Amino acid sequence: MPMNAREIEDLLRITFPDAQIVVEGNDGVHMSAMVVDESFRGMNRVQQQRAVYAALKGKMDGTNGELHALALTTKVPT
Amino acid sequence: MSDANTRIKETVTSNDVVLFMKGTKQMPQCGFSSKVAGVLNYMGVEFADVNVLADEEIRQGIKDYSDWPTIPQLYVKGEFVGGCDIITEMTLSGELDTFFADNGVSFDKEAAEKIREANA
Repeated sequence: MPMNAREIEDLLRITFPDAQIVVEGNDGVHMSAMVVDESFRGMNRVQQQRAVYAALKGKMDGTNGELHALALTTKVPT
Repeated sequence: MSDANTRIKETVTSNDVVLFMKGTKQMPQCGFSSKVAGVLNYMGVEFADVNVLADEEIRQGIKDYSDWPTIPQLYVKGEFVGGCDIITEMTLSGELDTFFADNGVSFDKEAAEKIREANA
């Protein structure tokens, strides 16, 4: 089942309640998300994106993953 | 340690630069894999490619190895560097040049500049 932008944002919001989150894309399979959150401070990009993947709770996993491709951008607020 | 894990460890330690991707560097089979392989090819970086579509055990194994759910995955000197988004950002910011230089990986600096000019 593909996910719409709203569902992705809601899921991310649970882990990053105060983040600036922008999810784009309409086919539900190839989506993009930008997450700007204070909790990323001191983390490198790999750690930041791991945290986002973790927040998606397996939606990216395996051939049955709902999201085939989520282009990710993570940032610390400036 | 599983068999896949052992094989991955061997691959990333015996090659300075390894890209786990869908398809091959000559014929990528996913846009994200294609993008990263394209950057490395263009920058003249010598790298080993591992086609995860040809090996189901590695396809799952590499995700467990790096605790990273997506393909492609770039490794330099045995360390996981990132997926498509991270490599793209690092290419455009110039961090990838520094990273390669620091790790003794040779690349074409002019080609890297051209990528940045084209995406400016």
